Amino acid sequence: MWEPALQAKLREQGSLLRNDREKDMDFTFTEDQLLFQESVRDFLVNEIAPEKIRELWESDSGRSTALWSQLAELGLTGITVPEAFGGLGMQALDFVLLAQECGYVALPAPLVHTAMVSVPLLVSSGSEPLQENWLPKIAAGDAIVMVGLEQNVFVEDAHIADLLILEKAGALYAVDPSQATLRANESIDLSRKLFAVEFDAANAEKIAEGDQAAGLIAAALNGGALGVAAESLGLAQRMVDISVQYTSERKQFGVAIGTFQAVKHHMANIAYKLEYAKAPAARAAYAIDHQQSKVDMAVSHVKLAACEVANLAAKNCIQVHGAMGYTWEVDLHIYMKRAWAYANTWGDAAFHKQRVADFVLADSAKLGAGNTF
Amino acid sequence: MQLEYTTEHQAFREEIRSWLATNAPGEPLKTFDTEEGFQQHREWEAKLYEGRWGMITWPEEMGGRGADLIQWLIFEEEYYAARAPLRVNQNGIFLLGPTLMEYGTEEQKKKFLTGMATGEDVWCQGWSEPNAGSDMAAIRSKAELTEDGKHYIINGQKTWSTRAVWADWCFGMFRTDPESQRHHGLTFILLPLDLEGITVRPIPQLDGLPGFAEIFFDNVKVPVENRLGGEGEGWGVAMATAGFERGLMLRSPARFQETAKRLVDLYQANRESADRDPAIREAVLRAYMDAEAYTLTTYQTACRLIKGGKIGAESSTNKIFWSELDQQMHATALSILGARAELQAHAPDAAGVGTWLDGWMFAQSGPIYAGTNEIQRNIIAERMLGMPRK
Repeated sequence: MWEPALQAKLREQGSLLRNDREKDMDFTFTEDQLLFQESVRDFLVNEIAPEKIRELWESDSGRSTALWSQLAELGLTGITVPEAFGGLGMQALDFVLLAQECGYVALPAPLVHTAMVSVPLLVSSGSEPLQENWLPKIAAGDAIVMVGLEQNVFVEDAHIADLLILEKAGALYAVDPSQATLRANESIDLSRKLFAVEFDAANAEKIAEGDQAAGLIAAALNGGALGVAAESLGLAQRMVDISVQYTSERKQFGVAIGTFQAVKHHMANIAYKLEYAKAPAARAAYAIDHQQSKVDMAVSHVKLAACEVANLAAKNCIQVHGAMGYTWEVDLHIYMKRAWAYANTWGDAAFHKQRVADFVLADSAKLGAGNTF
Repeated sequence: MQLEYTTEHQAFREEIRSWLATNAPGEPLKTFDTEEGFQQHREWEAKLYEGRWGMITWPEEMGGRGADLIQWLIFEEEYYAARAPLRVNQNGIFLLGPTLMEYGTEEQKKKFLTGMATGEDVWCQGWSEPNAGSDMAAIRSKAELTEDGKHYIINGQKTWSTRAVWADWCFGMFRTDPESQRHHGLTFILLPLDLEGITVRPIPQLDGLPGFAEIFFDNVKVPVENRLGGEGEGWGVAMATAGFERGLMLRSPARFQETAKRLVDLYQANRESADRDPAIREAVLRAYMDAEAYTLTTYQTACRLIKGGKIGAESSTNKIFWSELDQQMHATALSILGARAELQAHAPDAAGVGTWLDGWMFAQSGPIYAGTNEIQRNIIAERMLGMPRK
């Protein structure tokens, strides 16, 4: 794994992110950010083989405490936790590449939710007791906090959460899971654990209401949407990789089917769209970190683009696998089903299209050349 | 990552904006596919050169400003926002220029670059042949060295040569080794179009105007000094100056962002009618997002190149993305225009129809020229994804 020195360096960069306006324009990730991505990819690809995922499908909780501890040891559960609370103090821009890698392996653990939603919400909640109680434990891997927004209807991983933060009627509540009723709802993706959660607001701790709650909810939604968008980019890449390998080996008419132009073009259509969804993901992360006014549009743009390319990947990749793609045995469906699930979570397509429309069709909209940055 | 323009960038933007406000033609020029329009555009190129705006990325001694790629993108943004004229010499300044800088001798650079920058020498391309289109390595037009080794004698035919009708010079690929196959034995040669033995036959395009031409070579005698790069190394010369850097210069995002903006304006002005079909609103939003994605990705690539990065096979994604976006935007505009969409701009009741129909016709060429999108998809599959060729 990576050295402590690298962690320290990344931490330093995280804190530098906010005020480097005098520097030249630079749309690239740092070498350290890319190195971090590579290290995490190596770890995840090794650790989360398809067999591991199938194994977890058979287990009661569908989750592995051992895996969560490993992620904590690597600093990943606390990656966005401020240093004062024992985390790495990084931001969305540092995590967005890692989220892609989580998607690449269809990670069966709520890491992206933790880093992009739960922790930022706790940090901006303004509640010191909440932060002191939970942030160090999250960083240490000793606690899991899950956020339930009405937009999502269901709460992810509520069954393993130590604390739930739930939206109800415009307010946010901190809820002890033992005081809530959880009803499991099976997803097409057996790695996704979804629950309808009922709780008594009168007996729960209200942590925000009114404008403050609205701001926290909006930010949580943006974090979650960017998280699954970034994961979707990784999912698309994984499906392409699996299919390129399969079509290079599978022979019909005496040749590898990957030599056929129709098959090549199915793959190329995914690849070029994927290429043009990556920079929007980086821009959305930057918009979150810098609290830019166009953040809603930026997040919705990449949510739509990334989910679209992941679903195109699912469609084209099952097609080039032929009947094999329709089987339980071939691993493709692990990634395909996650892509299907993500298309309509953290804001469905209609929600995100409306947010783009709100930006583009506003009277004050600044469109056209020269208005991107 | 730092996604704000620097104060230097802002000042640069102000400078080009105010120059264009003073100097850009108030009325659109005639199309450069007419003789009169061609001359107007040539004069505009001279004016740009005088202001040192002709080719800002070129070194100062060549009339440029030594600008980097971010400045280039800013220049293009202001240029398109000002609706300044299309670049009549784009084959010269965007394609041949960078190639000359890399492969040309000092004499060739001196001889050709200034004339190119001033618009005095407008260039066309001589690559495609009747039987060498997507399969460019099938080129058969030949150049034979004379016995004294001082000249090439060129015979054959080139086609689809854009703006060849009024251009002054042509850069072409010819087979110098008659025994050679495919991309071996090809040589890159520069030649003036008024040489004896050259016949240029205009080919009317979809709009009826002679936007491209066939060029016939009948024992055309060209000095060997007009060869760019080594004999038999033409393929490498044509390919090596990184495809995407050219693509980045040639198809910068500003054009598509401005089209997307005009599409939003058109939609807003026709909401009542357009909203009868919810697909139109969706397509308008998609146009905005795709133009934005193209811009973001181009800036990211530009930053990577500035930092010394290289362009890989992913460059082939660029051509597909913008050309299909361009078609989609114009198709959406025609849907909004409804029954008036088919009217030509000069029709008496065509008010408000604008240039969408011309743009729609032109958009049909994007997926075809400079390597069809089918060829680009093959390249992506084979070189970027590593799928088997055979």
